[in-house]
Amino acid sequence: MRGLMIVFRKELGDHFSSFRFVIMFALIAMVSIVLVYMAAMGLKEALEGSRRPSFVFLMLFTTSGGFFSMTQFVGFFGPLIGLLLGFDAINRERATGTLSKLVSQPIYRDTVINGKFLASVVTIAIMFTAIMLIVSGLGLVVLGIVPGVEEILRMAVYLFLSIMYVSFWLALAILCSVIFRSVATSALAALAAWIFFSFFVSLGADVMANAVAPVDKSSATPEALMKHMKVRNVIELSSPISLYSNATSAIIDPTRQTTKSLVMMGRLEKLSMERFRGPLPLGQSLLVVFPYLTILVALTLASFGITYWTFMLQEIRAM
Amino acid sequence: MTMNADARAIIETEHLTKAYQGRKVVDDLTFQVMEREIFGFLGPNGAGKTTTILMLLGLARPTSGRATVCGYDPTRESVKVKRVVGYLPEHLGFYDDMTGRANLRYVASLNGIPKAEAEERIERALELVGLKEDGDRRVSTYSRGMRQRLGLAEVLVKTPKAVLLDEPTLGLDPDGANRMIETIASLARDHGITVLFSSHDLDQVQKICDRVGIMIEGRMVAVGPMDQLAREKLGVGTGQYTLEELYMKYFQEGRK
Repeated sequence: MRGLMIVFRKELGDHFSSFRFVIMFALIAMVSIVLVYMAAMGLKEALEGSRRPSFVFLMLFTTSGGFFSMTQFVGFFGPLIGLLLGFDAINRERATGTLSKLVSQPIYRDTVINGKFLASVVTIAIMFTAIMLIVSGLGLVVLGIVPGVEEILRMAVYLFLSIMYVSFWLALAILCSVIFRSVATSALAALAAWIFFSFFVSLGADVMANAVAPVDKSSATPEALMKHMKVRNVIELSSPISLYSNATSAIIDPTRQTTKSLVMMGRLEKLSMERFRGPLPLGQSLLVVFPYLTILVALTLASFGITYWTFMLQEIRAM
Repeated sequence: MTMNADARAIIETEHLTKAYQGRKVVDDLTFQVMEREIFGFLGPNGAGKTTTILMLLGLARPTSGRATVCGYDPTRESVKVKRVVGYLPEHLGFYDDMTGRANLRYVASLNGIPKAEAEERIERALELVGLKEDGDRRVSTYSRGMRQRLGLAEVLVKTPKAVLLDEPTLGLDPDGANRMIETIASLARDHGITVLFSSHDLDQVQKICDRVGIMIEGRMVAVGPMDQLAREKLGVGTGQYTLEELYMKYFQEGRK
């Protein structure tokens, strides 16, 4: 335990003093602020003169500010943060020879990998919490609306899910750094995994759905459409990105009652939906996304487990 | 610096064997290193010296046989061994963006040394290796020789009972190598530390070692005081041979 704290503190210090972290943080903070500011301006305009619906504050994160919404942004670019923090965790130390120094100190071998993973997860958590707070503060000022207790709880769950999600990618990147000797190869492999899951899985899901349950555009029965959607969804769930967006959708957007949506909704549709449909209580929203939430957490733990196992099995000789 | 009859063995191996995919890298190794002695570990590249050292630290698992280091079994009590044994790897690395002192502090904290005491030990270690003035410079500005000496300081911070040095003079200029060898000799002489070191520099080894072990293709072909080996092998007494002659004799026979 003592060793773990020492490795953890050193790694955390390294993260916060690195240029990589500063640049990453600045970039993400900038994009988030711009997105939320634009979403807030749009919302303000749409709300002009109408009765204020409940949970307006959460809409800051779900409505698009120009190109995409804050949640979409995290879903899509969040993995990059994890990858950037982890892709050279082990192989850089191996290349400089500090890894063999570390393992010849009186600490258990897993201390090294545990300490590194934990420090990066805490870095991610601090980063996301900070951005969430900055962005909420900005929304508060622009919209002039104070979030309710339930909204804050929902944001907390969303934050937790996002940290888990990015930690999954972090574990994957550390796995690459354990497997590949060269830092460049490891970065490329991690990037390839990210591109595969973010672009090709959804493309592949379309192709598979068309093959398994083809729909004729002109004369499609509701049953055939449903079947098509089901096949698509199942394949898409193999990608952590859709898992994450499914898991967060009902949490951050209380008017959604399922995780499935056939149509994309704009801000105005959402506002008008609000009139007809009561929002779900937090407990119910949690129930809707619970399977996704569990899988996401399990996936993160599993990917770290594999990384840990690979690291422990590696011949020290190679270090 | 002669061996006492009642000296305790601090490193002991019995039939230690390590095989990678069926190929024996270390083959049935049995030898002892006594307390406070300087043991030279000789052999060509790929003879299994580094693998042996890794097994003594518990960083590699023996295929068969066993080792005892300071009374502990490195395979099962690796952490205990690493608490009392310092290891200087062949390719040693530092956190280049940290100062020499900061590197030593990190290692000291990993060894669980309390802060105040760590500072004292770091000063002493830096003084011993002659880096006192350069301790606050970044390691990236160090020369090869300075890095090697910092590595030795790092090993000394944990005030070890024994040190395992893998090619400590590799890549050093003659002056640097001499200073390194003198420092190593003083460890055993003045600080009572047992030293096992592997080297290719036979002159240096002959200068300071009490006993040598010659390893060829995984097997230990000779262990003992140099004079005794020379008498047996070359039929000459003290001062009438060089270690190089002795080594080459064993090397040619071992290869047959």
